[in-house]
Amino acid sequence: MVKNVLAAAAVFLLLGAAAYASFFIAPTDAKQGLIYRILFLHVASAWTGLTAFSLCFVANVLYVLRRKPHWDWLGVAAGEVGLAFTTVVLVTGPIWAHPVWGIWWTWDARLTSTFVLWLLYVSYLLLRTLIEEPDRHALLSALFGIFAFLDVPLVFGSIRWWRTQHPQPVVMGGPGAGLDPLMYKVLFFSWFAMLALMTLLLRQRYRLEAMRGDLETMQHEVEAA
Amino acid sequence: MALLSNTAVLLGKELRTEFRSRELLTTTVVFILIVIVLFSFTFEPTSDESRRFGPGLLWLAFLFAASLMLQPCFLREQHNDTLGSLRLSVSDPFAIFLAKLAANTLFLLLTELFLLPLFAMMYNVPVAGVLPWLVLVLVLGSLGISIAGTALSAISAQARMRELLLPLLMLPLLTPILVASTEVTKGLLDRAPYVQWKGIGFLAIFDLVFLTALWLFGEYLLEE
Amino acid sequence: MTPPSFSPTGIRFENIDKRYGGLYGLRRVSLEIAAGECVVLAGRNGSGKTTLLRIAARLARPSSGSVSFVNSRGEKNEALLPAGFVAHATMVYDELTAEENLLLFARLQGIAGPAEHAAKLLREVGLEERRKSLVRTFSRGMRQRVAIARALLNEPAVILLDEPATGLDPQGVSWFAGTIRELRDSGRTILMSLHGESEVSSLATRAIQLDGGSVVADTRTGANFRSILAFANA
Repeated sequence: MVKNVLAAAAVFLLLGAAAYASFFIAPTDAKQGLIYRILFLHVASAWTGLTAFSLCFVANVLYVLRRKPHWDWLGVAAGEVGLAFTTVVLVTGPIWAHPVWGIWWTWDARLTSTFVLWLLYVSYLLLRTLIEEPDRHALLSALFGIFAFLDVPLVFGSIRWWRTQHPQPVVMGGPGAGLDPLMYKVLFFSWFAMLALMTLLLRQRYRLEAMRGDLETMQHEVEAA
Repeated sequence: MALLSNTAVLLGKELRTEFRSRELLTTTVVFILIVIVLFSFTFEPTSDESRRFGPGLLWLAFLFAASLMLQPCFLREQHNDTLGSLRLSVSDPFAIFLAKLAANTLFLLLTELFLLPLFAMMYNVPVAGVLPWLVLVLVLGSLGISIAGTALSAISAQARMRELLLPLLMLPLLTPILVASTEVTKGLLDRAPYVQWKGIGFLAIFDLVFLTALWLFGEYLLEE
Repeated sequence: MTPPSFSPTGIRFENIDKRYGGLYGLRRVSLEIAAGECVVLAGRNGSGKTTLLRIAARLARPSSGSVSFVNSRGEKNEALLPAGFVAHATMVYDELTAEENLLLFARLQGIAGPAEHAAKLLREVGLEERRKSLVRTFSRGMRQRVAIARALLNEPAVILLDEPATGLDPQGVSWFAGTIRELRDSGRTILMSLHGESEVSSLATRAIQLDGGSVVADTRTGANFRSILAFANA
């Protein structure tokens, strides 16, 4: 119990430090002023989301091969956490775009790809709820999770190659806009803080799923007796 | 080799069944036709506008049609548990997938080739000069749709709300096909037609990736 | 039936568990079915009969434990697969004719001379005249005949039947019992699940009762044949 509180406190401290760094340590951007600082949240969340989805993929493969329930628990936990971070990306995109470009949404490559990514993992989680029997929904959603993850580079690749031909507003200034070295440091620190948050959330969600699984087993044993 | 001969036998069965009733083909053709007509109400169907919007709308129509056409793929095998007898009889369960995806690709292609001249006529877009290339992109795109769609229909057949679930699973997953196929088609229908080799290569890679994934994991999709 | 061209095969179930989430469909089932035995599996709905049969047929995987086919010396031999499997579902295509169905499955299994073999089996189950009719037009009894013909295509040494007589009229049941008798007398190993006493159950040499996924009675260990079947009828 104490360990949990300490861990949570550590994570929130890290997040606080990252926020401080984003606002006060990172240098001011000449063109965009204050709003560009949301980049640290936006990009760090994107990388964290992808990290979570990668974990989900590994868990999916291991479940299919080994069939141990804890891989399924890790898979759904990583999928949900990844989806949460991806939602942050989709929300911070418009928040940045509106003051800078005057529009809420821009179909720029990364944002669009992130949207598709979001849809894929919403489907992954939805699929689990639509198959009643636990072993079946674990197996089938793991298989879909594998297909979805293999699709991710293809989605990002195709959209980047062919949806960036037309001049359009690019969130965060695009790849051409370089970042100051200090900005990179703040970005990586933000990512580190996000990863800590991700780990915390993963553990909680995993534990919840594990308890649910155990409860179900116990319920069935009582019914059978 | 047993896998190939099993696939050939099963493909024969899929084709014979469909050509006997033609229900999938006819309903799919009519559906795409409806979509093509409805699309004309959403923009100014001049020749230039059609060249801009046409390819995307066409591929979108194919995607929607496929997500409906692929519903019965594994569902009909549940009817008399013929999936069980197939699994008992074949040496490699991948043959079941290969046969079905080959059949589905063929059905999709047939409907697409049937509707292409109609589309060209209605939207004043010339297709004759670039026909071989168009067929190539239709084949590669339809193959990708079928590979992913066949795999996903095996999943959706085992779930509730399967009529909505299959499009839900298929459409985001097939975004790369939509993007790449549209771009290649756009190039071919341009006033100065050109072949987007990058797009064709990309489609081939997509097909290969998912075919391999299906080969590796297919048997688990059919497990009990 | 034609003279057997198979080797006597037994079935060995070792510690079979089948879990559905937290629920046990089968729990620590260990059974030894000797070559040539004709065994009836009795039990209420949900007792695990279908699951056990589908595991034996290799359609379902056990969560733990193993099932194997053994030759007369007790050695495992997977070359003796597949078993003949007949379920309540016909497992044939309604949209194809009886002939087309058998031809399909014969070709898939790599049987030599598939057309002749299919024709022969159709004769043996008495469907020669209707061989070019779509299975959709068949009565329940005729569909079961096609199902049996399909199951016997590869002349299996082991035959698994899951409540196969359901829905058959008395004439159908009689025909069915006659077929099982011939298969039994030819030395094949038969494991069938039934709902209660009938003409078919009287062919069995052993009865096993399943309840809640476990074996609760076995005539081999002294239980009473008729009471197993009677109990299962409840």
